[in-house]
Parts: sequence; structure tokens; C-alpha cells
Amino acid sequence: MAYLARLELSQDELELFTEQLGDVLEHAADVEALDLDHVEPMAHTVPLRNVVRADVVTATLDRDEVLGQAPASEGGQFRVPRILGEEP
Amino acid sequence: MSLVPESPQSATAIAAAVAAGEQSARSILDAHVARVDQTESEIHAFNHIMREQAMASADEIDRRVAAGEPVGPMAGVPVALKDNMCTRGVPTTCSSRILEGWEPPYNATVVERLAAADAVVVGKTNLDEFAMGSSTENSAFGPTRNPHDTSRVPGGSSGGSAAAVAAGFAAVALGSDTGGSIRQPAALCGVVGVKPTYGAVSRYGLIAFASSLDQIGPFAHTVADAALVHDTISGHDPLDSTSIPSAAASASSDLARGVEGLRIGLISEMMGDGIEGIAPDVLARTQAAADALGAAGAHVSPVSIPAAIYGLSAYYLVAPAEASSNLSRYDGVRYGQRVDGANVAQMNTATRTSGFGEEVKRRIMLGTYALSAGYYDAYYGKAQKVRTLILENFDKAYEDFDVLLSPTSPCTAFPFGDKTADPMTMYVNDVCTIPSNLTGHPAMSVPFGVGSDGLPVGVQVLAPAQGETVMFRVAAALEALR
Repeated sequence: MAYLARLELSQDELELFTEQLGDVLEHAADVEALDLDHVEPMAHTVPLRNVVRADVVTATLDRDEVLGQAPASEGGQFRVPRILGEEP
Repeated sequence: MSLVPESPQSATAIAAAVAAGEQSARSILDAHVARVDQTESEIHAFNHIMREQAMASADEIDRRVAAGEPVGPMAGVPVALKDNMCTRGVPTTCSSRILEGWEPPYNATVVERLAAADAVVVGKTNLDEFAMGSSTENSAFGPTRNPHDTSRVPGGSSGGSAAAVAAGFAAVALGSDTGGSIRQPAALCGVVGVKPTYGAVSRYGLIAFASSLDQIGPFAHTVADAALVHDTISGHDPLDSTSIPSAAASASSDLARGVEGLRIGLISEMMGDGIEGIAPDVLARTQAAADALGAAGAHVSPVSIPAAIYGLSAYYLVAPAEASSNLSRYDGVRYGQRVDGANVAQMNTATRTSGFGEEVKRRIMLGTYALSAGYYDAYYGKAQKVRTLILENFDKAYEDFDVLLSPTSPCTAFPFGDKTADPMTMYVNDVCTIPSNLTGHPAMSVPFGVGSDGLPVGVQVLAPAQGETVMFRVAAALEALR
């Protein structure tokens, strides 16, 4: 799970979280036990479908202002370490 | 020690006096800043104080009043913003190390609307990191203290905003409420706090925690002040695709109508018959509120919301699941902190491991689990069905009642460290507020006396979707009866 979430946990954190999250899931057992086969799931409370806007060009955020807040940028783009793990 | 001002000037009074030229916006601001200078070191309501910007906007409002130009409905009202709302060029941290130093390139829609109404933003307030918590003890920058008793928490996650209003640092404030994060701190700090209908207030520029539950709303000293803010910030916004397209319900239109003939239901499950652990003095104050409304001409009777007891479980599956997805954007690429690594995956992991605090990591882990292959149907899917069940219960109740009543928080403000050892103990604080987030319905907390420890108790008024008009009407009556 920690790998999927891109987190590195210490052994102490792993033990603590395993116990604490176990408690939360145990509390959630009441929900698991409910017979809800006839109930529709609710993703959202506002009955809206496919909200779209007119396909016209409008002002967007200033590129330099956005890139100015990035940890690293170059040539008008975000700069990141190499994508593949191997050195060239 | 109490650091609460005796009789703070209301936002409605400030706006009227400034518009009429009877008081300058600058003198109002200076009085609030003086209180900040006196007691902020003991309270820590703010992550960032916007002294210069506030003075400039106040002076500009005064110039326009002097020139006979029109000013907005919140002219000169000092307002504090929870530090998870984007303010262009002003640090916005969510009280997390991972966003330290970040200055958003745009304003949240609510910030634009406050500016258009000529409110004066005084600063960004402290919160539990990414709004995850009920005490502000999860802030990376240290907790906020309750102005009524600085040895106790202000509640959370919008504890800084609640404390800023209670301490007289701002006349009103904005918070965000995902499971009770406006209403619970409002109750603990003795101020009014409102979670509007989901979609009534734009979430554009509100940094997402759990997108299907998050909603922005006001803190204020009075119900009329909260209504003024609600009416200023609500209404359709094309930049938020979940924004309700029709006009927002007016919060201020019926404040003086009283409650004669209204049908008010007292939620049994939250009055000792279903949900355990609600303090006797809180129950007593809620019953006193119901009795007072009855004496004022409302028809008050008990009502059962059986599925409400499943709210907490459903919430702690839905909210972490959505959070784990929303917080995947903090990857060290586009904003905030980066900790270098040999490749992108290592950089992502190092950045997140060092940038997030313990509670945020816990919820990301829980959400990742609830959404993982093989468990999705058992947890997230089932929790979504419980939402439907709770909504059906409330819809049925509203066939017979105009509004519902319950406690806001199961207890008054508690001492620091009291509930930090075991996450479930802290999560239970939201047991009465969570159902309204799951249904998207509006709910608000109104101060109604004090508990056995002398600290404020809040009573919650709940209404059906877009029922703000009747909700504020009942809240105003309750305020007059306390």
C-alpha cells in the first residue's frame, strides 16, 4: 500500500498504522455487514450530468507565473529527474 | 484564560457604518490588527497575516466612500481565510510542509467575490494539515489555541478561522467543511458556523480534500453576519462543474420571521438513542434549544434517522479514498517542495515522505486500501450505498419537518493531547456533523449557552438541499432565544 501511495514508512510507522487502520476498518465492519444489494451507490449529491462549456478560447494562467512556482523548470516546461531509473 | 472580546462589532454594523462614511475601513482594520498584536502570540490563529494588502484595500475603500462612489455589501469588513483557499501571490500552505513557500497564480472564486463586495482580507488561518483533523493539532506549523481557554483546542479542521473570529482578529472568516470542519470548531469557539448546500458555494481554488464532500462556508459572531457572507459568496460559478446552476437560496431574507408554525424534528439517534458518547451537558443544551423553539411557537417532536449511525463508518471510507486520489498531485513536479531522487519515482516518494505529516499519511494509506483492487466494492462501493441510505432517511424526515435539530459536537473544547493517541477517538468528534456532508444538505452551528465546564456549546440546525432560507430563519430565532 505504501508503495502504491508513493510513501516510505519506517518500521515503527508501519506497525502503528497497521494497528490504527485496523481499528478504523473494524469500525467500518458495520457498513460491510449491511445488505445493500437493492441500494444505488451515490457518487455525488448534486444531480448534474456532463457539465460542459462553450468551446471558445479564454484567458488561462500565465505560463511564467505557473512555472515560477515549480521546484524546477526549463525551456517553458516542468523539469523532473530522468523518468527511467538507469543512468545513460 | 479567556481572550474573547466583550462585545465585538458585527459585520453588518461595520458594512453599514463604512458605507455611510461614519467609520473608516482603516479605523475598523486598525482595531482588529491591534487585537492581533495583543493576543495572536497566545492563540496562533494565523499562518500568514496580510497587513500591507489589508491596509491598501481599506484605504482604497475609504477613498471611494469619500469620493461618493458606491461600495459593496461587505465594505470594510475584516475577513480571515482558511489557508486552503488560493490567494494570488500570497502563501497558501494547507498547514503542510509540502506546500511551504507556494504562492498560487490565481484566486479562489470566494476570494474574488469577497473582494468584489469590498471585504478586507486580513490573513490566512491555521488548520489541520489538508483539513484532516478536528483540533488543529495536525498542523505542521503548531496548533491554534481556543480563545475561551488557551489550554484547550479550538476544534478543527478550520480551528484558525473559528479562533480568529472568536478572538476579534476578524469580524468574519471562511472555512471549509468536509465532515464538520466549520461547524465543530464554531461550536467549540462559541461562534456561528455554516456548511452550505453542496454546490451552493464554488470550490474553485479550494484545495481539494474529499471533492464530493468539501464545501466552503462562513464563521461569524451573529447569524445575520453569517447570512451576509453566505449571500456574498454563494451562486453559480462556471469554473466549478459541481456548482448548482440555479440561483442560490437567500440566507438573509427571512431572519426576522420567527418560528411560529414551523415543524422542527429533534434527531433521536443524536440525542442519546443510537449514537453513544454525547456528553450530558451538550444533550441538555440541545434539549433546552428545542424547548425554547417550542415555546416560541414551533412544533417540535422527535424524528428518527436510523442510517445516521452508519455515517461515521461511511465517511471514513469515502473521505480517505477521495483524499488519497486528490493528494496524488503532490509529487514534487509542479508546485511546493521537492526532495531530489535518482529518478522520478524516487523523487515522488522522497518528496511525499518528507512533506506529509502523520495523519495525512494515515488517511492516504486508508484511502489507497479502500480503493485497491478486490476491496473497492467491499469498502468504497458499500460506503457510497450507505450515502444513498442516509439521504433517503433524511428525505423522508423532511416530508414531515421543515428543519432538524441536533448537537453539533459531542463535547465542549477538550485539552490538547486528549484525543491524539487513538485516531478513532478523534474521528468520533464528527459523528453529528458528518451526515450532512454525505447528503450534501446544509447545516449550521449556533452557540447556545455553555456546558458544565463553562465552555461554549453549539446546537446544529439541519435543512434539506437549498434550504438555507429556513435554516438561517430558525438559527436567527435560536440566537434571539439564548
